[in-house]
Amino acid sequence: MALDRWIALFFLIISLVYGYAAYNYPLLPFERGMVFLPNTQPMALSVLGVIIALVILFSPKPSGDDADMAGADLAQIRQFKFGRALGLVAAMVLYALLLRPVGFLTATSLFIAGSAAVLGERKFHILVPIALVTAVAIWYLVQETLGIYLRPWPWFVDG
Amino acid sequence: MFEGIVAGLTTALTLQNLIMVVAGCLIGTFIGMLPGLGPMSIIAIMIPVAINVGDASAALIMLAGVYYGAIFGGSTSSILINAPGVAGTVATSFDGYPMAQKGMAGKALAIAAIASFSGGTIGAILLFGFAPMLATVALLFHSAEYFALMVVGLSAIAAFAGTGKVAKALLMTVVGLMMATVGESALFNAPRFTMGIQDLQSGFSFITLAMAMFALPEAFHMVLDPKRSGRGQDRGTDIKDLMITRKEAKSIAPVIGRQSLQGFLIGVMPGAGATIASFLGYAVERNIAKGEEQEEFGKGSIKGLAAPEAANNAACTGSFVPLLTLGIPGSGTTAILLGALIALNVAPGPRLMIDRPDIFWSVIVSMYLGNLILLILNLPLIPYIAKVLAVPRNYLIPFILFFTLMGSYIGQNNATELLILTGLGVCATIMRFADYPLAPLLIGFILGGMMENNFARAVNITDGVSFMWERPGTLILLILGVGLIILPAWRRRRAFARQRAGARRAGIADGD
Repeated sequence: MALDRWIALFFLIISLVYGYAAYNYPLLPFERGMVFLPNTQPMALSVLGVIIALVILFSPKPSGDDADMAGADLAQIRQFKFGRALGLVAAMVLYALLLRPVGFLTATSLFIAGSAAVLGERKFHILVPIALVTAVAIWYLVQETLGIYLRPWPWFVDG
Repeated sequence: MFEGIVAGLTTALTLQNLIMVVAGCLIGTFIGMLPGLGPMSIIAIMIPVAINVGDASAALIMLAGVYYGAIFGGSTSSILINAPGVAGTVATSFDGYPMAQKGMAGKALAIAAIASFSGGTIGAILLFGFAPMLATVALLFHSAEYFALMVVGLSAIAAFAGTGKVAKALLMTVVGLMMATVGESALFNAPRFTMGIQDLQSGFSFITLAMAMFALPEAFHMVLDPKRSGRGQDRGTDIKDLMITRKEAKSIAPVIGRQSLQGFLIGVMPGAGATIASFLGYAVERNIAKGEEQEEFGKGSIKGLAAPEAANNAACTGSFVPLLTLGIPGSGTTAILLGALIALNVAPGPRLMIDRPDIFWSVIVSMYLGNLILLILNLPLIPYIAKVLAVPRNYLIPFILFFTLMGSYIGQNNATELLILTGLGVCATIMRFADYPLAPLLIGFILGGMMENNFARAVNITDGVSFMWERPGTLILLILGVGLIILPAWRRRRAFARQRAGARRAGIADGD
């Protein structure tokens, strides 16, 4: 089964779960008498979602150009650098988890330097200063100039 | 009225005020480039500064500069790194980013700047002439018409339903509409579909979704397939590449004219605003473009870039009509400006034009001046801005990722948002490989909430759906919307069938 059908299957399941949640949506007492309820549109959407997902799942394979394209893509996909992409995703997740505890400055400079290193950058004498300068500059802009609070230091420094 | 304009001009053209507008434009442009800080948040941030200025006209002139600067800055990030920071510039990235990929980043920025400028200019002229009259028209629009207007806006998805992708585009729209229902329910704002997660109480945030759908898949794709990013990096930064040829100018001029008018009228309706105007502008222009040009849409068409930019800016100007004449803020940005006006001791409303004509006209004149100064300041800057793309990949990609993370973090100040962003970004990348168009998802998400609320209101007021055919305005808009969705597909099918019939007649086998 091609990737696009797996995705259609995924959304079919999502639509069913969503429809179930919409059907069982707990209405507020005063909402019950209304014509249009908070779950009216969701129920309609889930029905639509199921129908369209089924259409994609069971429609015949596109012929001609599209099929050729998909084949070419597959060969191309095998050469993709999945390791690097996964490294970047991991860096983003780490950033999300560390941002609060270690503070903005540390987390940001580590993220920029780390993700560039994942991409194969090895000139650390350029990379590290750039990462540090960016982190400080953005922090200064956002917190000091714009007044949006970003905790700069780790948890053990009460800054 | 003439005296008012002269008074407004003399106030706006003092040295102090000119410095204000230049400073405002620069601040707006640079901060606006950061995804996540749109015109609304930047103006909100600048209000304390503006109030410290003291003089109402000077403060407003500065805010006008910030406003236009922020809009232009937002288009810049849409065009260069496919990261639309504001809903109004989503449609800009549809064609702006493909142009940048083809090495025409400078030209794309120049077209965006000129189209926005023209949109603002035409908007300002209309504002001068018709503000009081339009205010009464705006009040004729009720929730039923707004619902219909959203349906017309949704028709922009047709542009992404290429051959064999109609079902996929529709599925993505439905998913976007579903995501819009997460958070708070229509009308009474009780938590809905939050799965007990506190952070979802306010729904998915627009900026997170926009970054996850547009910027992240692009960045991941560049990493996965390094050959892809080789294109268009070193070109497009020369001054001569900025020049718009006579032929190009001829082809976008009518687009800008039409979309400025249409955008302005949409902007006048409170609540509709720049986002709808840009999607509608894109959809309409795509539908009236002919054969080859229509194929270009979504792949780097200059018309597809000029349309939303002109419409978006004209709508921003249009949204001042209800603000200044009725005291109704039609959009988030004008709501914040209303706050600023009140803080500066100016109360917008029907009496403003009579009691304080100097303020009324100086607001309009300064909005226009902001627009003009922005063009003068930014055209020379464009080659330097476009150089962003010449940054080596190993640095560019970490920075793009960092800015997407920043954008969704400062909007909500919530680290969970970053995990949602990463997860959605990975899903979006996979969907992209399977050839699912992602723009419809975002369009559905943006319009979904407004559509449901207005529909719910209309149904509950009239106790049924009869308003759809009983209110002529609603009926016309709905027919238009459905037509815009169905027509392109039907036209394509007919062309395809004709081609096949022709081929058969000529005795050539079908090309399967």
